[in-house]
Amino acid sequence: MANTSLLKLEEDSRIDSHIAAVSKRLGMPRRAFLQFCATLATSLGLPPGADAAVAEAVASKKRPSVIWLHFQECTGCTESMLRAEHPTLEKLILDVISLDYHETLFAAAGHQAEQARKSAMMQNRGSYLLVIEGAIPTRDGGIYCKVGGQTAIELTRECAADAAAIIAIGSCASWGGMPSTDPNPTGSSGVATVLGKPVVSIPGCPPNPYNFLSTVVHFLAFGSLPPVDELGRPKFAYSRLIHESCERRAHFDAGRFAMEFGDEGHRKGYCLYKLGCKGPETYANCPTVLFGDAGAGTWPIGCGCPCIGCTEQGVGFSKPLHMLAKVKNVDPPQQYPRIVEEKGMGATLGSAALLAAVAGAAAGGAAMVARNLGLSHQAEEAERARAAGQGTEV
Amino acid sequence: MSAQQHAAAAPVGGDLFNATTLICGVLIAVMATVIVVRLFFGLGSVTNLNDGYSWGLWVVGDVFIGSALACGGFSVALLVYIFNRGEYHPLVRPALLGSLFGYTLAGAAITVDLGRWWNFWHIFWPGYFNVNSVMFEVAACITLYIIVMWIEFSPVFLEKLGLRDVRRKLNKVLFIFIALGIVLPMMHQASLGTMLVVMGDQVNPLWQTPLQPLIYLLSAITLGYGVVLFESCVAASAYRREIEVSMLNPMARVMLGIMAFYLVVRFADLAVRGVLGEAFKPTYIALTFWIENASFIAPFLLIGSVAARRNPARLFLAGIAVMLGGILLRLNGFLIAFDTGPGWSYFPSVPELLVTFGIFAAEVFGYIYITRRFPVLPREEAYAQPARS
Repeated sequence: MANTSLLKLEEDSRIDSHIAAVSKRLGMPRRAFLQFCATLATSLGLPPGADAAVAEAVASKKRPSVIWLHFQECTGCTESMLRAEHPTLEKLILDVISLDYHETLFAAAGHQAEQARKSAMMQNRGSYLLVIEGAIPTRDGGIYCKVGGQTAIELTRECAADAAAIIAIGSCASWGGMPSTDPNPTGSSGVATVLGKPVVSIPGCPPNPYNFLSTVVHFLAFGSLPPVDELGRPKFAYSRLIHESCERRAHFDAGRFAMEFGDEGHRKGYCLYKLGCKGPETYANCPTVLFGDAGAGTWPIGCGCPCIGCTEQGVGFSKPLHMLAKVKNVDPPQQYPRIVEEKGMGATLGSAALLAAVAGAAAGGAAMVARNLGLSHQAEEAERARAAGQGTEV
Repeated sequence: MSAQQHAAAAPVGGDLFNATTLICGVLIAVMATVIVVRLFFGLGSVTNLNDGYSWGLWVVGDVFIGSALACGGFSVALLVYIFNRGEYHPLVRPALLGSLFGYTLAGAAITVDLGRWWNFWHIFWPGYFNVNSVMFEVAACITLYIIVMWIEFSPVFLEKLGLRDVRRKLNKVLFIFIALGIVLPMMHQASLGTMLVVMGDQVNPLWQTPLQPLIYLLSAITLGYGVVLFESCVAASAYRREIEVSMLNPMARVMLGIMAFYLVVRFADLAVRGVLGEAFKPTYIALTFWIENASFIAPFLLIGSVAARRNPARLFLAGIAVMLGGILLRLNGFLIAFDTGPGWSYFPSVPELLVTFGIFAAEVFGYIYITRRFPVLPREEAYAQPARS
């Protein structure tokens, strides 16, 4: 992390050759590669100079081995990863991480696949990244989800034991998500509950792939996972309410709401709060990062669909879709301005009389003082004249 | 300090209880009552302020006009120390005394006018500074000036208490405070005019000009001399003392010079901006404009000649005229010719008026107390007494 500037980085011939090699492999012009690194550093909320550290790490560090487990899930998280465009997942697999075990993307099957996992764990003992997608059933000894004869609980514990870091991707792995919805017949739980220790979680259904990529790149560049909140969510992505950056916020503040789907307000892009949008109580960066690399408006609220609160335990998959959100960040004022503001009144009899009386008294006093001063001046002048007259006579 | 020898200052002496101090005491007590009500029940409970007129009598009267009337100390110091006219030195202390009370009470009055007065200390707390604000500049300047003035005036108390060593040490650094005491008022009196500029087109074009800072500064200096004329005459009349006509006469001439310059700037500005026509429309605003400017022109008729300036009655009336002009300049700009939109109106309520009267009463009472008990006015015997036969 010696470099704090991309320009300096390019002067360093050793790193520069790495960058050249990496951009060649990725089929990306070197400028696009450096831009990608800067974008990742920015979405992580890192200070200026971190882009150089990211570029250096991606270009020259050994790609971390990643083991990706799937339990009770729909593979939506992986699907959304596959739709990341900057860079595309295959480029990421090839160059940023070394995906040694992933059930959906594996060509191998059966014992061959299990063998790959075991050998990756052996070779990268203590340095591999464990990513878990999907909830873990805990009822009846965890028999409701098995891979290769092992329950999800056993697999999680086995793989977690020697992992350098554990990332729970998606709402299911974060706290149980959709499978844990009442009555939760299989006892679905999140990774942190099963392991009994906090892990970094990237909730969302699916989560934004950039939040995952940025977390991995942070691990790569700085050797640690990014700072997280009390629920294990990276702060760079989950520290602000959707409501805070929502493009429809002005409508909320002005009291313009869509009252039902397809009504005039809905068509005009008014606030979806009254349709049950959970933006006011959900922490996520959806309005700023957007989805699918397709440009402005490509996120649920942008498309006219109320937020379901998928990144927020207790909101997503548990609160009914039509239910009003609890507005977390807007405290109502103690007083509201009056609808018709008093515009003041003119002079009252009392105030005008009082002012006139005092002005009159002041004027009278001043006249008296002036008169006395004038009289004494006249007397003095007369006396001086008399004295002068006497002086000439003498 | 001036090298010229003058009569030393001495307390006037005499009883503190008389009709004037009694009236002042009553007015101060009434003011205190209104202020207590205001502090507990809010501005709306005692004032006629509204969203259209958020600055009423307390700001315009007590602060803008109060501090302008308190420019005597600054104006005389300017004459004595900057233009090195030592012959006016005996006027410094009484003038400074008036300024001291004017400013201290203006500072106190603004606290009462703050909506959330318990946050008043924010403006002195570096974390809250908004260094781009003209209000901040005025607040900081006025506060500093009040402190500077108390230091400038402290020799009076030190002499009374007989602390000669402290007095001698203070004398060595006093020039710094005297210099500050001239710079600071020049800064904030001009900024008070800037406040009018930032009000935009709510202010009538007769008073809305980018030159307003200069106009306010010039009028404040003029007003300072006017107040000294008024003060000297009233003090002499009330204490049955000789009037310092030998000093007031040439000083009044200086005042007329500055005032002539003021009037040239004022009317040249109106002419250049092409709004002089406003003054000839049949409106009450034109009327008050002419009363204001007639007050500035009247002294030229009253005390235009050396002989006329020898008459204390004329000096006194000229002082009053200048004060009236300065008061109207501020009242017109901020209240009378201030139009914040259709429907809004303001006239001070009885409690508001009572507070303003109380503040002026406090100034009068303070002046009487200090001059009677502390060495402020020049010792009377030192003057050649007129032969009484």
